[in-house]
Parts: sequence; C-alpha cells; structure tokens
Amino acid sequence: MYFGLSEEQSFFKDNVKKYLEDNASLDQIRKIASNDETSIGKEIHQGFLNLGVNGLLIPEEFGGLGLDLLFAAVVSESLGACVGPVPYIAPYVMAPTAIMAGGSPTQKENYLTKIASNEILVGVGFSEFIGSRNDAGLTFADGVLKGRTMFVMDAQVATHFLLADKLGQMFMLDAKAPGVEIINLTTVDKTRQYAEIICKDVPADLLELSSLSTDPISRSIDAGRIMLAADTLGASQAMIDQAVDYAKERKQFGRAIGSFQAVKHMCAEMVADLEPCYALVWHAAHCHDSSPDEAKLMACHAKAHVSEMGKGIAKKATEVHGGMGFTDLLGLHYWFKRIGVNRQMLGSPELVREEAMQSQL
Amino acid sequence: MDLEYGPEYQDFTKKVQSFCKKYKGLSFKDRANTPLVSSGGSGGPEMHRSEWQKILIENGYFARSVPKEYGGYGGEADIIKSRIIAAEFSKSKTPTPMGGQGIDMLVPTLLEMGTEEQKQAYIKPTLHGEMIWCQGYSEPNAGSDLASLQTKGELVGDEWVINGQKIWTSTAQYSQMCFCLVRTEPDAPKHAGISYLLIPMDTPGIEIRPLVDMTLKPGFNEVFFTDVKIPEGNIIGKRGEGWAVANATLGHERGSLAPPDATMNRVNMLIHLMKKETLDGKPLIEHPIYRDRLMQIQGKVLAQQSHALRLLSAKLNPGTDVKIGKMIQKLTGTELRHELEGLAIDVMGEIGTLYEDSPHLKNDGTWQFIYMYFLGLIIGGGTSQIQKNIIAERGLGMPKEPKIQGA
Repeated sequence: MYFGLSEEQSFFKDNVKKYLEDNASLDQIRKIASNDETSIGKEIHQGFLNLGVNGLLIPEEFGGLGLDLLFAAVVSESLGACVGPVPYIAPYVMAPTAIMAGGSPTQKENYLTKIASNEILVGVGFSEFIGSRNDAGLTFADGVLKGRTMFVMDAQVATHFLLADKLGQMFMLDAKAPGVEIINLTTVDKTRQYAEIICKDVPADLLELSSLSTDPISRSIDAGRIMLAADTLGASQAMIDQAVDYAKERKQFGRAIGSFQAVKHMCAEMVADLEPCYALVWHAAHCHDSSPDEAKLMACHAKAHVSEMGKGIAKKATEVHGGMGFTDLLGLHYWFKRIGVNRQMLGSPELVREEAMQSQL
Repeated sequence: MDLEYGPEYQDFTKKVQSFCKKYKGLSFKDRANTPLVSSGGSGGPEMHRSEWQKILIENGYFARSVPKEYGGYGGEADIIKSRIIAAEFSKSKTPTPMGGQGIDMLVPTLLEMGTEEQKQAYIKPTLHGEMIWCQGYSEPNAGSDLASLQTKGELVGDEWVINGQKIWTSTAQYSQMCFCLVRTEPDAPKHAGISYLLIPMDTPGIEIRPLVDMTLKPGFNEVFFTDVKIPEGNIIGKRGEGWAVANATLGHERGSLAPPDATMNRVNMLIHLMKKETLDGKPLIEHPIYRDRLMQIQGKVLAQQSHALRLLSAKLNPGTDVKIGKMIQKLTGTELRHELEGLAIDVMGEIGTLYEDSPHLKNDGTWQFIYMYFLGLIIGGGTSQIQKNIIAERGLGMPKEPKIQGA
C-alpha cells in the first residue's frame, strides 16, 4: 500500500516548477498581465510544451505519454504555485479526456494525434452543460452550431474549440471557421484567458459517444475540476509560504509579527486547512483512473472543498502581509485572483456540492 | 499510488470477518466506565469485558505487538492488520477492545521506559481490563501551562509523600491506579523538577470528588492528595525526568482523539437520519440549505480520511515527511467532529434540542451528547489554541512569544 506521489511524479512536478520559476518570474507575469509583450507568453508556452505536457494523458498509440491523472494533477499544482501563465487544463487535460471518452475511433485518431504532436490546441467551453448564464445557449442541428457560450478556456490561443450544449453533447470546431466570433472576457486573473464564443451556423464535429450519454463530458469535467483543485492547492501553498516568511521577517513593537499569536494562529489555521487538501486531490485523481464508483464524488468534493479552503487562505495570507499584501508591489494578488477564478470555473462550490449529493442518491 | 493492501491480507480479512460473525450481538455483563466505549449489542453471547479483552488478545486483535510475557499477543506490529481489524469490527458492530488512559497511554510508556518489574506488574492486568488507570496531569493552576504544576512529592525514607490536587481526572472513581506528574525537585527549573509516579488509588489520603461536566455526566473528577505515601520505586524514569516521560504519551493521545473514519460513520448516520426525518412533510435531505451544509461537511471529512491514508502510508514507507500532517490531527479532527454533531442538531431544529429520555429523541440523544463531549475534547489534551502554537512554532518555525520573567 502506498498513498502519495511516485518518484517520477514528484520529479515531474519539481521540473515544471523549476521551469516556471526560471522562465515565468513575477516580472514576466506582470508584463503578460499588462499586455505589454504578447511574445513572452508564447515563449513560456513553447518551453512548457518541451516538457511533454501536451501528450501527458494521451495514450502511447496516439503519440502521447499515456500517464495517469495524478501526473496531470501535480503539473497543475506547480502551475498554481507559480501562477503559471500558460494554457493547460483545457487543451491538455479536459480536451484529451473528453475525446478519449466520447470520440469515435476516427475522432480519437484524428484529434488525439494532433494534440500530442501540437498541431492543434483545443480551447474548452462546457458552461452550457454545467450552468448556463443569462441568455447564453448553444443549439446543434444539421451539422451546424448556433448560439453563444461563455467562459471558453484558453480560447484566444486555440486552433479549435470543444464546446458543449446543455445536453452534454460535445462539438469540435475550427476556431477560424466562418461564423465564429471570439469576444475576449477579461477576468481579474490575467494569467489565464477566457472568451465568449458566438457561433453563426458553424460546421461542427459531434463527438460520437457524447450524444448517447453524459458520461464522456462528465469525465472530462471531473478531470478539469481535479486540475482546478490542484491549481488552487499549489497557489494556496505559495501564499502560505510567503505569509510565513513575511511574518518571520517583519518587525513591529520590537518583535517579529510572527511571534504574536494573532498572526501565528492565522498561519497555523491556513496550514491545518490546506494540509488535508493534498491527500484529497491525490485521492480524487487516483479514483478518476482506478475507482469509477467514487470518481464523481471525489472530484466534486476535491473541487468544492479546496475552493473553500483556498478562499480562506487567500484572504488570511494577504492579511498577514498587512498593507503590503494589498499592494501591487508584492504581487500577492496574482495568487489571490487565481484562486478566486478557479473557484468559479467549471462550477462554483454550491453547484459542485449539489452534484456530489446527486451522485450518491 | 497503490491503495490495495495486497493478497496476503485478503485471508486475514476473511479470518477477522468470521471472528466477528461468531460474536455477533455480543453483550456485556458489566457497564462501560467511559462514554463512547462500545456498549455491545444484543441476542449474542454475554460475558464480562475482561473476558472479551482476553479473547481479543488470544486472536491477535488487540495488544498485537505487546510481548507475550507481558500479556500481549506477541506478534509483529502490523499497521494494515490493525486497520483491517478496526474496519471489520466497525462494519459488523463488533465491540471494540476497551480503551482508556491505561491502555492507550500508560502501556506504551511502560513498554518504552518502564523497568522489567513494572512491566511484569502492570501491563497484563491493564490489558485485561482488570486494572483501570487514571491520568493525574492537570491541576487547577496548571492547565495549558502544565509544566507549572505544584503537587508536591517528597522522598521521606523509602517512600514518596504526596500532597496537592489534580483536576480533569477522567475515570478516577473506577481506577485502581493513577499515573501522576508530581513536583519532586522544587529547586530545579520548572520542566526539570517533575517526576512520573504510579499511585495506587486505594492509598489512604486520596479523596475523589466528581466534577459534573456540561453533558451532566460526572465525566471528570478532582483528586486531592493529603500525605499520600507510596513506595520509592513507583516511578517511571528517573527523578526529574517526568516531563519527557509524559510528553512521549501526550503525542499518542492527541492523534487518537478523533479518527476520521469514526467521523465518517457519523456522517453516514446523519445522511440516513436526513432521509428519514421530515420538515413540512419533506425529507430533510431535500432541503437545499441543509443538504449543502451536509455536503460541505462530507467534503471536509473526506479530506481528513484521505489525509489519514497519507499518514498511514508514511508509517508503512519510512522517509516520507508528514511532520506537519501529524501535528494538525488533534486540532482538525476534534473541531470537525464537533461541527458535524452540531450540524445534525441544526438539521433537526427543535427536535435536536431533546435530551436524556425525552420522547421524540433521535439516535438515543447521541448528537447533543457528542456535540458537547467534543467541545471537551477540543479543550482537553491541549486546547485548539495550544495546538495552533505547536503547528506554528514547531511546524512552521515561527518565533515563540517572548517569555515573561518569572513565569
């Protein structure tokens, strides 16, 4: 019995983190956030791909590495830790998972091979299925898609989109096809990109099995939620580490503020909240691959619980820094915002907990 | 990640299952002397608790790694087997072995630091449930600051003469023995002046006064010592080493107060209750607000259960660093259990306030009782605030509060 990361997983996780620390420093992230230099983002993305990330989950027969979801989760954790400004969850985890579960043999061959060889980059928009807002809505008939969907992940850099309607049918379409309109949605988190997509009679390829049941999309969403949980886990740990370091250094009333119980108890609470999240995220990733009966419940709870813990940590870690935490000088807000956006994407905690309940009734 | 125990444990699981079947419905002729101890079932065999202890030891289901010559099973410690035993006993509602401070804290301490003579004298009757122990640590003026305790022990001839008072002493009224922290070196610095003494409770000069707690049960006692004389040899470790001896066992207590598997059993009980109980004709589980709160708690408990697996794995695979992971257990486990029991009360509303033998009481009133009982556990064994100090100072290396002179 062994519960934890394998040596290879730890090694991969550290590698991703080191790459990001070396190539995506806070200064670089600032530039990306202010839209000053768009080439920086591309360079970081290319280096990230050189680590083999795009083929991580894709079976070897389609040119991928065929690794398990726990591998993918530790990559996500490192991305969260460094607020990595690269596309990941949509194109390299959710899209391949959706295609593996919902694609016909031809669709798998076609799309998975191209993702693994980096010929295509797939942005993902499942909001219609998870929870449609206001006047959004996609309809599919006679091979074409009509309507709009919001919060498509990594849409701006995508060559293709994988979109869902409210029944959970998934459609692949060319981002450059006539009738596709991409509207940039600016969130508080500038390290990642979201868009609204409007389709005017756009030809789309329905993932075959996704018209028969919601299992394929559900599996992709579970995987995506575990990734968001892992991202928040990494980001929360980074915030705690910064807060603890700051509290040891910063002096007021003639002593380190970390010696005041009001401050050190906040740090202890953050640790006590976050520490069990590691095991929850790893366990959820493991169940996704190996224990189908528990997979949904674990993925939902990982997403909802880590979101709740992350929200509290983002606030407390900022407060430990006092006024400096509120400034742009320290850049702590990049982590705060990343955690805040992760919380809402692919279902806010209340929505996800309702799904957790449904899965066991 | 590999959550299978391996084929060698499948046979063992079957063995435990057939054992549990044999003793299905076991009930006891004598009462449990601490709350939360298995009260037994009905319709099966009947026996004294000490007989049950012996049967469990013979089969290797209790005191597994305690050497045979001291009354244990004399096997290798096997964490996975312990887990299988616990899980199967829980599933089949087979009464678990007696716990209590003698078994959970004193026996491990004796095994580690006791003399041969002490091991021979005390371990076997303790394991058999024939010698009950109470813990004499806290005093009215030594709670969180335990090392400032003032109960005095003076060596006169070949006897310790003990004077002072202990408080929060659970089970003192049933106990034959007390393991007690006593100040024997008044001139030494506060941590270095304490000895760990073993006091027979029938010694003249001991007075026990029950202390009724908020559950309205006399869960604790005050114990007064007036010129209590015990033999010089009733000491574990040397004079002045009592603090180190005590610390070895306090760590043990903290980890075992609120195991997440037990909390998850209560979550499942609550789900069952919410399906059955109705509000305005609708099952409680269909009320979105209660339902969401239930799911919040389930998520927290799942996190702690997964965390416990991680800690278990670290024991089986040495070299994994889970130092902070262990430190958070007492804090998070007791707080969560309290929160869960409180949720059940909220869900039941007015019904949730019923107590003792009231009509309409649900689940024997355990929700209210354990809700209050766990507030006691949040405070006892090192309060949540003390736990946070430990996590911050020993876990994160944050600076201590400056010392006030003379304290």
